[in-house]
Amino acid sequence: MFDLDLWREIVQSINKNRTRSLLSGFTVAFAILLFTILFGIANGLQNTFKEAFGTDANNSIVIFSGRTSKANKGLQAGRKIQFKNEDRQFILDEYGDKVQFITSKVNKSASASYKGEKGNYELRGVHPEYMFIENNVIDKGRYINQQDIDNKTKVVVIGKVVEDDLFFKENAIGKYINLSGIPYKIVGVFTDDEGDSEESVIYMPISTTQFLYGNNDFVDLIHLTYNPELNNDQALSFGTDLTKSLKERFSVAQSDQRAIRLFNMAEGTKQVEIMTMSLTFIILIIGFGTLIAGIVGVSNIMIFIVKERTKEIGIRKALGASPKSIVSIILLESILITAIAGYVGLLVGVGVLELVGPSLKEYFIKDPGVSNSLVIGATITLIVAGAIAGYLPAKKASQIKPIVALRND
Amino acid sequence: MLEIHNLHKSYPIGESSLHVLKGIDLKVDQGEMVAIMGSSGSGKSTLLNIIGMLDEADSGEYILDGLPIKNLTEKKAAVYRNKFLGFIFQSFNLINYKNALENVALPLYYQGMKRKERNELAMFHLEKVGLANWAHHLPKELSGGQNQRVAIARALAANPKLLLADEPTGALDSKTSHEIMEFIQQLNDEGKTILMVTHEEDIANMCKRIVRLRDGVIVEDKFVEQVRLKQQYV
Repeated sequence: MFDLDLWREIVQSINKNRTRSLLSGFTVAFAILLFTILFGIANGLQNTFKEAFGTDANNSIVIFSGRTSKANKGLQAGRKIQFKNEDRQFILDEYGDKVQFITSKVNKSASASYKGEKGNYELRGVHPEYMFIENNVIDKGRYINQQDIDNKTKVVVIGKVVEDDLFFKENAIGKYINLSGIPYKIVGVFTDDEGDSEESVIYMPISTTQFLYGNNDFVDLIHLTYNPELNNDQALSFGTDLTKSLKERFSVAQSDQRAIRLFNMAEGTKQVEIMTMSLTFIILIIGFGTLIAGIVGVSNIMIFIVKERTKEIGIRKALGASPKSIVSIILLESILITAIAGYVGLLVGVGVLELVGPSLKEYFIKDPGVSNSLVIGATITLIVAGAIAGYLPAKKASQIKPIVALRND
Repeated sequence: MLEIHNLHKSYPIGESSLHVLKGIDLKVDQGEMVAIMGSSGSGKSTLLNIIGMLDEADSGEYILDGLPIKNLTEKKAAVYRNKFLGFIFQSFNLINYKNALENVALPLYYQGMKRKERNELAMFHLEKVGLANWAHHLPKELSGGQNQRVAIARALAANPKLLLADEPTGALDSKTSHEIMEFIQQLNDEGKTILMVTHEEDIANMCKRIVRLRDGVIVEDKFVEQVRLKQQYV
């Protein structure tokens, strides 16, 4: 129940002893300030981690093939495993519900020329889905589509760097680029915010690449993204299952680590998760420790206050104050001081983060800040902290015997 | 009004204990004005503290207004103190950061009275002790005599049955002492029962009855011719 008179008593008591209240509040304010800043920095570090994994879809799985290292089912070790177009279909048939996007990929390098300008670039034969896996953004024109694949059309999509190198200010769309003697029509220009190396790439329909470079259906690697609804553990076990069934398909021993290799981003994600979790844990411990120091500080000062107010408490008791009213007056005073001081610390902390946040980017701290839920959590923590800090002194105060308190000094 | 039978009290001092009250029998009627006298260590303050429920007796009977006072919880003692008793102390014991009005209103606050009501009542009592104009002054801005009058107003505020005064004039000069005593006499005239501890003979003679204590027993209990002081306040 809200007792206006009780609060009036408390505010009066705090007001009459400003220095004392300020001092006891200071430790708490400082503790919360430290906690907020630490937490903000941790958040910033986490943001940087997330960013470091780039804008490549972070649910990627890449599958490579190599030579077998063990004999299996009567087959010699050292046999070359070669993925083909049908393997993509196999994965789709077996694991369709777990796959978001999937592409086969052929990697070549090409010397490209246009009107006397020349350059060497990476050439990738891919399916249309590759755009989503690599998170490419179409700047002009379009990406490779299914029709290109079906018709083996001689079209390419070039990166921004390739366009800048070969075309200067000219618009590359519709122009023909010469790759190792064969002209291809440029249908699109893309950008990729992972930087120049990812923009010095030329994409081609995989069927065209296979037709013109060897006339076979060989595939260098298979790149897919798993269904984002899978959680980390599910994604990891999907990767394991996929490896197992591909090994069976190619009659590779399950213990053979070289013939078929699968890189699952979920593993990295898991490591980042563990890392950020331990970081959060460390910061929580530090923050908690500081907060406890603050509580002990307030508690200490409250004990001193009770000692100083012994006589007053004795008078109140002689006039008919119940032990409960004495407890509530000390406890609420403690809570009020802690809550207000804590809030000041929180505000200052958030202010500092806002102020210096942008300049911390070079220290791998991006967008440091605290969430609303943290602020609400901190408020509750502060009230609880104030209650803990005030409990012992309040108990002590309620046990004061008026006869002792009123004895003439 | 107040009945005490065979009251004993001792305080532990290290291993042994000090027997302070060794069987006190006392009966005070409504409207009496009693001075409890004795040298220091005679047990007079202890007796007053027990009567004031600030301390508890080891054995014996204490009946206040027909109510046996025994084994009180702190909460109950607080309620009884608030309802039955008004305290006047030698060192006034006002709360130093509260002004005169707030000090007088404090017992009413603990009765759960509304702010407006209790301030009105407190003002009425301040007027009675002639300090209405000083209502918003802090204790440090008032003289000793004025502070004691604020304390008396506070003791009266809750309209107690019994007024307990522990050396009420101990910290005052003789002129102010007489003013305060005169006021207390006037309260007695209005029907308040007053119990006062003092070691000054002339102050005791301003009461109607003197109880002398020595070494924890009552050695003398007599009614005296009250020395009246001239009326000064209304």
